[in-house]
Amino acid sequence: MTLAVFFGCAFIAFGPAFALFVFTIVKDPLRIIILIAGAFFWLLSLLLSSLVWFIAVKASNGAQDPTLHRGLLIFGVFFSVLLQEVFRFAYYRLLRKANEGLAAISDEDGLDISVRQMAYVAGLGFGIMSGAFSMINILSDSLGPGTVGIFGDSQYYFITAALMTLALTLLHTFWGVVFFEGCEKSRWWVIAAVVALHLLVAGLSLLNPLYEGSLPPVYGIMLLMAVWAFFSSGGSLHNLSALCTRKTQPYTRYIMNE
Amino acid sequence: MRKMEDLISINCVKLLIIALFYTCVSCSSVEQKIYVELNDTVPCVRLLNATHQIGCQSSMSGDTGVLHVLESEDDLDWILNTGPHPPYMIVMETAFFNRSVMLRMKNSSRVSGVAVIVSKTGLAENFSPHTTCPNQNTGVYSEDYGPELANCNVTAWNPLGNGLSYEDFSFPVFALKDENQTQVIRKCYEDHNLRVNGSAPQYPLCAMQLFSHMHAVTDTVTCMRRTDLQNRFSINPEVLCDPLSDFNVWSSTRPLNNSAKGHKTNESVVIAATRLDGRSFFWDEAPAAEGTVSGIVTLLAAVHALHPVTQQAPPLRNIFFTFFQGEAFDYIGSSKMVYDMERNEFVIDLDNVHSMLEIGQVGLRSGRDLWMHSDPISFKNNSVKDEVSLMMKNMQSVAAGLNISLDEPPVTQPLPPSSLQRFLRVRPIPGLVLADHRTSFINRYYESVYDDAENLNVSYPPNLSPDEQLVFETEEAKSLAEVATLVARSLYQQAGGEERNLNNITADPKIVAQLLYGFLIQKNNSWFRSLLPPEVTKKGANSILSSGPPQFYIGVGPRNIGPVHSVTRFVQYIMANLTGTVTNLTETQCQNPESKDLFSYFWVTGPSVNGSGEPLCVRASVRLAKAVSPAFERMEYGSRDYSTWTESRWKSIRARVFLVASRELEMLTLGVGVAVLLLSLLVTYFISSKAELLFSSSRETPTTTY
Repeated sequence: MTLAVFFGCAFIAFGPAFALFVFTIVKDPLRIIILIAGAFFWLLSLLLSSLVWFIAVKASNGAQDPTLHRGLLIFGVFFSVLLQEVFRFAYYRLLRKANEGLAAISDEDGLDISVRQMAYVAGLGFGIMSGAFSMINILSDSLGPGTVGIFGDSQYYFITAALMTLALTLLHTFWGVVFFEGCEKSRWWVIAAVVALHLLVAGLSLLNPLYEGSLPPVYGIMLLMAVWAFFSSGGSLHNLSALCTRKTQPYTRYIMNE
Repeated sequence: MRKMEDLISINCVKLLIIALFYTCVSCSSVEQKIYVELNDTVPCVRLLNATHQIGCQSSMSGDTGVLHVLESEDDLDWILNTGPHPPYMIVMETAFFNRSVMLRMKNSSRVSGVAVIVSKTGLAENFSPHTTCPNQNTGVYSEDYGPELANCNVTAWNPLGNGLSYEDFSFPVFALKDENQTQVIRKCYEDHNLRVNGSAPQYPLCAMQLFSHMHAVTDTVTCMRRTDLQNRFSINPEVLCDPLSDFNVWSSTRPLNNSAKGHKTNESVVIAATRLDGRSFFWDEAPAAEGTVSGIVTLLAAVHALHPVTQQAPPLRNIFFTFFQGEAFDYIGSSKMVYDMERNEFVIDLDNVHSMLEIGQVGLRSGRDLWMHSDPISFKNNSVKDEVSLMMKNMQSVAAGLNISLDEPPVTQPLPPSSLQRFLRVRPIPGLVLADHRTSFINRYYESVYDDAENLNVSYPPNLSPDEQLVFETEEAKSLAEVATLVARSLYQQAGGEERNLNNITADPKIVAQLLYGFLIQKNNSWFRSLLPPEVTKKGANSILSSGPPQFYIGVGPRNIGPVHSVTRFVQYIMANLTGTVTNLTETQCQNPESKDLFSYFWVTGPSVNGSGEPLCVRASVRLAKAVSPAFERMEYGSRDYSTWTESRWKSIRARVFLVASRELEMLTLGVGVAVLLLSLLVTYFISSKAELLFSSSRETPTTTY
């Protein structure tokens, strides 16, 4: 659909991820390492789940029957979500175990990064890689002159794909924060909730092309997760009000820096 | 722990390698949701000569336009003036493919391409995209030779010609021949692009993209200069255009020593000639039934009729049969043969030539007369005049015996476009051109895609199997057989043969019927298969024996199915079959014979009796002679004397149909994207600068994380 749509969808899908990367990750080499390693872990989970999908399709002789194809798709999505969460947990364990090594290579004595920050970066890594894999294929096809629709699909395909990718990227970030917090405090119900929400979002995407049924609920879940992640990473309503009132009391700043 | 990690990674790698060996599971990419690729496209390509470029061109990345079907005058007005979604890609009904509409499209900036529906419904009474005066600058008539007859002053040979083939279009023009494909396009148009109650259709609209980017521009001189530069200075030279070239087929009743070029002593030759090629507006589409096939079939049948008599009672002179390739493009084949004859590089030279009989368009006779055209200017030479008069008298006496009415047109009429004109440019040779038209062509579809079997009235009763159709003698076959008998007897007489043998020379209508079937309906038939080499017969679909009638456009050589054009191959092997003798050489002996001076050896499949047959070696005096314009040998790319036609090269020619969205939606997407990006940059900056405040209770000393 030409260059305008290409750039529009690219900005929609990767705008927030780009902004987060530029303002929070880029200056700290440790965070870059954790980000890339997180992306790699997501990639590993995708590799394994695609192998399972491959074998499943081959085993069912190519899945020519549409209902069987749909069933296989649902199974594939379910399995992929579970694998992603397993790898998130694995990454958590790895990061905890690697604390010593990371402390050794950092400039100052001890680690300059907290688990909460690692959680955020890991989640962002997962989100960026997930977004890239969802969107790059579609972006390259959006460069041509045609738009989706000649076989009856909706013509808003590119925009909704970009919006979905945006939501997923942010969702992965928030899930990372909440998940690691849950693992730290050994609150297993938190982990279960994250997995359940991830499954719910994946299931909602299966409702496409009924975009009204998939996008608004996903954005609702994203807002919910944003709030949850805010509170679980140390934010509080007191801080928010302090933020607003701080504007009228600039001199309190030096108090916080002790 | 480390070893286990290594093991896991090794297993992962093994799994990956195994997985890579599997073929793709189900590649349902987004591209398949968007585009419908059209197979079997028939484009119009760019041809260049010394001064001009003709044909069609698309832009490098294809031309896109909103589809509109041109069925009525309202549609024309919509496309050119009032439609709100220019540029348009026109799907043109047959009736609208004429000069006035195409020139209006050419001058409009709202047309991005044309797809012409090629069908018989709505076909006009006549349609010839060729010029009114074919080959007018490379014939014999010029300022120096018969100026009052030059440039078709006396007779416009093709008065119905609209010259479309010689226009230069800056948009692609494709032909839609496949009915199923046309249906796909129509359905897309009806679903999305129809006007409801006179108001414009809403987005998304159905659009089509045509790719036919041609690499050559301006003219042959420019193109060859650029190709030379590429060849000299580039590591990966890119050729931009190729000269049109192929091979002439020649044979003689008495074998000639092909290794000794130049004048042959005591050899006087009567040339019997016809053309091998045709053309149309579109590339590689030229059924050329009346224009070319009638001549080829007549001459081949005459060859077959003459063969036994010339072996038993050889006439005084040799009879030299030749089929000239490339005559539609300023006489490529005949100019090359004359050029070689002049420089003693051909098996005979011009002193050996006694006279010439050329067979023009003879297919639309059907009860009407035949005409013998001659060149009035050459009559100034008395010996030529006497010889031509004698030829005409002899032919008329033969025709009287055959109940054919043969006459000569008005004396001051020039020769029609024919290969004889190239011979006359060099030397006054007595010659005649046999044709079914007295003045202008009777052929209403000269050099167009509609000059097919139906134009010649060749049709078969239904419920005949292909083998039965092969031997079914249509009216046209019988008519052409009569002409072939006339030609054969006249040639025998012209060559000094005895009168008493004339009645033994008769063309076989069955051979004519088989030739007509093979050249007009289906080239993959049992007779053609039996006289072609075994490797061609076995290749199947990807060889010169693909399904359907052959196409007569000369093309550029070499091709992926062989160095020689399919029609040239057919004529060569048919001549070998009709005039050759079977030898008992083995395959290796046949392909490496002891002496190739007098004869050529052909390894052919042979007749298959009940599905099996033994290949055999046929010896015949049939040769191929290269037919490329002398302008390219002399490197005079701007020559006015010789043909300078070249065909441009291209990378890809394809077409696809898809939907396009409105400009507003695209801009909206871009706007939303930019807004999201800016907003997220702002918010992230704000939050990250206030991060210490917002996430203050997350401040932990590093030691507590252990």
